Amino acid sequence: MPDLIAKPALGRAPMTMAATTLAEAAWTRITSIAPFPGQAGSISAALAPLDLSFPPANRFVQSAFGRIAWSGREQAFLFGPEAPPNLAAAVTDQSDAWVMLDLTGPQAQAVLARLVPLDLRAATPGMAFRTALNHMPLLVMVDHAQVFRLLTFRSMARTAWHELQDALSGIDARLGLKA
Amino acid sequence: MRVDGKGRIDRTKPVSFSFDGRTLPAYKGDTLASALIANDVRLVGRSFKYHRPRGILTAGSEEPNAMVEIIGASNQTPNVRATVQEVFEGLAARSQNRWPNLTWDVMQVNDLAAPLLSAGFYYKTFMWPRAFWEGLYEPLIRRAAGLGSLSGKHDEGAYEKAWAHCDLLVIGAGPTGLIAALTAARAGADVILCDETAEMGGRLLSDGGEIDGKPAADWVAQTLAELSGLPNVRMMTRTTVTGAYDDGTFGALERVGLHRRPRPNLPRECFWRIVAKRSILAAGALERAIAFENNDRPGIMMASALTTYLNRYGVVPGKNVTLFANNDGARITARALMQAGVRVAAIVDSREDAPEEPGTTVHRGARVIGTKGRLGVTEITVRKGTTDFRIATDCLGLAGGWNPTVHLTCHMNGRPRWAESLAAFVPSDGAIPGMIAAGSANGSFSTQGCLAAGIVAARQSLEAMGHNTSDVDVPVADDAPYRIAPLWAVPTKKRAWLDFANDVTTKDVALSAQEGFRSVEHMKRYTTQGMAPDQGKNSNVAALAVLADVTGRAIPETGTTTFRPPFTPVSIASMGAGGRADGFAPQRFLTSDQASRDRGAPMIEAGLWYRPSYFPKPGEATWREACDREVRMVRGAVGVADVSTLGKIDLQGRDAGRFLDFIYTNTFSTLPVGRVRYGLMLREDGHVLDDGTTARLAEDHWLMTTTTAAAGLVMRHLEFVHQVFCADWDVRFISVTEQWAQFAVAGPQSRALLTSALGKAPGLPFMGVTPVTIQGVQGRLFRISFSGEEGYEIAVPTRFGEALFRDLTARAETMGGGLYGMEALNVLRIEKGFITHAEIHGRTTAFDIGMEKMVSAKKECIGKAAAARPGMVGPERDQLVGLKPLTDTPISAGAHLFAQSAVANRENDQGYVTSVCWSPTLSSSLGLAFLKNGRARHGETVRLVDHLRKIDVLCTVTDPVFHDPAGEKLRA
Amino acid sequence: MRLNCPHCGPRDRREFYYYGSADYLNRPAADAALQAWDDYLHNRDNPAGVTQDLWYHEQGCTAWLKVKRNTVTHEILSVEPVAGGAA
Repeated sequence: MPDLIAKPALGRAPMTMAATTLAEAAWTRITSIAPFPGQAGSISAALAPLDLSFPPANRFVQSAFGRIAWSGREQAFLFGPEAPPNLAAAVTDQSDAWVMLDLTGPQAQAVLARLVPLDLRAATPGMAFRTALNHMPLLVMVDHAQVFRLLTFRSMARTAWHELQDALSGIDARLGLKA
Repeated sequence: MRVDGKGRIDRTKPVSFSFDGRTLPAYKGDTLASALIANDVRLVGRSFKYHRPRGILTAGSEEPNAMVEIIGASNQTPNVRATVQEVFEGLAARSQNRWPNLTWDVMQVNDLAAPLLSAGFYYKTFMWPRAFWEGLYEPLIRRAAGLGSLSGKHDEGAYEKAWAHCDLLVIGAGPTGLIAALTAARAGADVILCDETAEMGGRLLSDGGEIDGKPAADWVAQTLAELSGLPNVRMMTRTTVTGAYDDGTFGALERVGLHRRPRPNLPRECFWRIVAKRSILAAGALERAIAFENNDRPGIMMASALTTYLNRYGVVPGKNVTLFANNDGARITARALMQAGVRVAAIVDSREDAPEEPGTTVHRGARVIGTKGRLGVTEITVRKGTTDFRIATDCLGLAGGWNPTVHLTCHMNGRPRWAESLAAFVPSDGAIPGMIAAGSANGSFSTQGCLAAGIVAARQSLEAMGHNTSDVDVPVADDAPYRIAPLWAVPTKKRAWLDFANDVTTKDVALSAQEGFRSVEHMKRYTTQGMAPDQGKNSNVAALAVLADVTGRAIPETGTTTFRPPFTPVSIASMGAGGRADGFAPQRFLTSDQASRDRGAPMIEAGLWYRPSYFPKPGEATWREACDREVRMVRGAVGVADVSTLGKIDLQGRDAGRFLDFIYTNTFSTLPVGRVRYGLMLREDGHVLDDGTTARLAEDHWLMTTTTAAAGLVMRHLEFVHQVFCADWDVRFISVTEQWAQFAVAGPQSRALLTSALGKAPGLPFMGVTPVTIQGVQGRLFRISFSGEEGYEIAVPTRFGEALFRDLTARAETMGGGLYGMEALNVLRIEKGFITHAEIHGRTTAFDIGMEKMVSAKKECIGKAAAARPGMVGPERDQLVGLKPLTDTPISAGAHLFAQSAVANRENDQGYVTSVCWSPTLSSSLGLAFLKNGRARHGETVRLVDHLRKIDVLCTVTDPVFHDPAGEKLRA
Repeated sequence: MRLNCPHCGPRDRREFYYYGSADYLNRPAADAALQAWDDYLHNRDNPAGVTQDLWYHEQGCTAWLKVKRNTVTHEILSVEPVAGGAA
């Protein structure tokens, strides 16, 4: 048990407006897996005991053990369990590099419309996209309809929170207008 | 005045507003323009150049006269068109361009001086005497120029930007747009329907008429009800599509809160980027005026505007209306007015074969040749044949024909084409890929024509997308032909207005041609016609026709001007939404940020990061005192600094070493496990890209560091080299900058500090790396130093960063040391001659910084060939040296170097200073500089001159390593 | 401007970094003549028409892409990864 005290990326309480909630997700182990050339198949085989396989572009695979999401060219992020040993891949710990924010509710898409240039009409559960959150790098995963998990650089957590919150406030104010 | 029983405003919701300090009544749904008309306010502004009294000309966003300032509680917006601004309770508006008031404006003297102020007058006047230009003329012109005023305060309003995506974007919700949207929506396509105004329906709401035997307004209501019930339709009112850009991207400005009382968090505007597979331009057409002498008086407006004010807003600007027309459009106005009980005194119709109009007199083959009534029209003079006669009138409507709103089709370099039978420009096909123009925007001026065209356009768009289509019956509506006899200007020797906003008359266009500015592009710039906020919407075609006429050419031969975004003015605040103050860029904070701020450290920006500058102790008055103390503290005891911002890239794979050998000038594949090596990275053109240390953590596992500000750049460079030149190698890399919090521990007591923190001695040789466990946490320890003292860097996963920082700080302070900031960090490294991007600024080579031996002769690397080009090495190069002033004087970075007795000019320039500091260790100012052939000139005296800061001192050229040149302390 | 990234799909131009001409792909041999290196680094055609550039999907998958486009019509003709291999 470490003696050094661990701090969360943000440490803020969830906020809700217009029935839509922004909250920091609990700390999860994140491991990057980048297969060496031609090794994606062997990685999938190694992940099979976790009921997972190396994901295709723009998707994540979910099982009872955890999730593995495509995170870029020839790369995926494993959420939850430790990576299997001796993978034919470059493996790094990314658990502390990202802040994870969950955006849930009927206005979630409208909030993202203010910050993400992506066409989210086609965003169905199981999809994972690398894109931008305004000027910040973003990995967005569609957990369910109206439920998005957003990852951006941990050091930018405050900016990410403010900008999402501002977008939601603007939407809430619009909804508050009578015709 | 208000007309009972007319208009779509909500008379159950009265509101009050003020104009020039007068409080006036209105209703919800009024625009400022309709409310002013309701209150019989005729005078709303003064024209730009001549300060002539002006009234409202139109009912739309093309309004050139009625530009006002809207005064908010904490802001002020100039140049707001009264025809666009909706009235809300407490709205305060003020007229512009007049002093002291609208009715009596000092600058109206310009109107008397008109002969001196014709087009291009400023090229011919204010020339003499020359001395008067700067002192008198220019200040005077500056004060007279411009339109509107600013509050001088920051705009604290909320603004938004957003993205939207669809299959079909329909621009304009009149008959064409509504039926096109319906057709596409019923087929299941994702549709966005935009309209500039608050209520969709376009001219159907103004002109009335019937569709399928019922009032047009009913058809509108029915269509809107169906559209708003469909989940695949997005209706955006108060939204102007401002620009058409590549690949189906459009800009659009939505007025979200400008029509309401301000409330917290409600955006004033939202600037949209809409991405559409296909688009339909159904933006309608704008009515033209006719130019004649004194055609700009208050009370003279577009005939179609009169219809709009009557039927949409229930107001008329006069009791005794006349109309001047060259087509049948004015008849709709005449009938609507008479039906509402307003007197139409006469219709002056320029066509010899004009039809009669029951209820009023039609003067065929006649023209209006003049008007009277300075502050509001009182009579017009009509000429028929050789007879002139006058008609008393308080409101004259102009119906000069229609200009299709082609603007968006020109935004990607398209030019419209002249349609002779319509006497108008229409869009050219394919001018915007994926866009179809339909309805009045494409020259169909009947309601039936618009409805049919809308359906066709929607079907074509659906087919182009490979979408199935739907069945929409073409409704039955008015289908009268468009009978126009072009009349652009009534000949006169006096001034007849074309561009109301910039005060450009037919005389100016004729003068322009006479002076040789015969092309339309020249005429535009010489006269400023078309360059006002209305972008020539009210004058372009007429001015072109006048130019054609005076130069004896046909209109198509004379040319056309083109249009550029935005279609209507867009506030900079909306395009910069979210970018004010802290929102300008993402802010990056260290885990030690709070602890540093708690200690009073001023934070400075290093790229996007905030880093502590120095840590002031009580009693220290200046940053220098703190900095000097921190330097002595590091060299005498121990200092702790957060160095997490440096880029960290994790590389793995059997070919990682080989990859590093290609990227770096020196060899890394031979580095033993557990060791760290300093590396130099070049650009392909042979100049230094970055430097840093790279550690070998295991056989196939490496960790590279980069300069803070270069992290992204280096990553991009690695990706390029990998993907382009060696994509099949066994190497993968990823940034771990954010994964690790890293702290420097530097000074003679650093080993003791770490022993206490780790529970055992670090046991690392200089330039070594080892995994460590620190208070239960797995971390890494590096023995590297940027200070020149024995030094270490300890890294832990970021979530433990704050805790470790506070722990190391406490230990350091207990040992007589403490925290040091960026200022001290910089002094320490200058004392050791260690370079930063101040020295490797993009135009220096390995040779220049004295590291040519680091470019291995035994292997290839990026930049090697170019670094060996003639002129890249040799005594002509500016080489890195140290500088010490001979006297106790400060020196500056950016100063230039000269031979001791040379004149300090460009020709004698021998180099420049990149970094300076006061060194408490050497009790001297120190500088790092680049000096021509510097390495051969140690011991020489040079002259250092900074013309900007008035510094001129003699310096000794030295080796850049001032302190501990043998590096004994480093390797302790 | 939008680019159809082969991994990520159609994306706004803001996600990409423009580097320059696809000439950068043809790195001369280490011992090539000086002129070859000068051409590689500095000399470019400037066509009014079809050109090939290199773009980096910085805010996306981080693939380097070769884009064929028409500088006059702005039509994007093709977008391909410079490296083979899986997405």
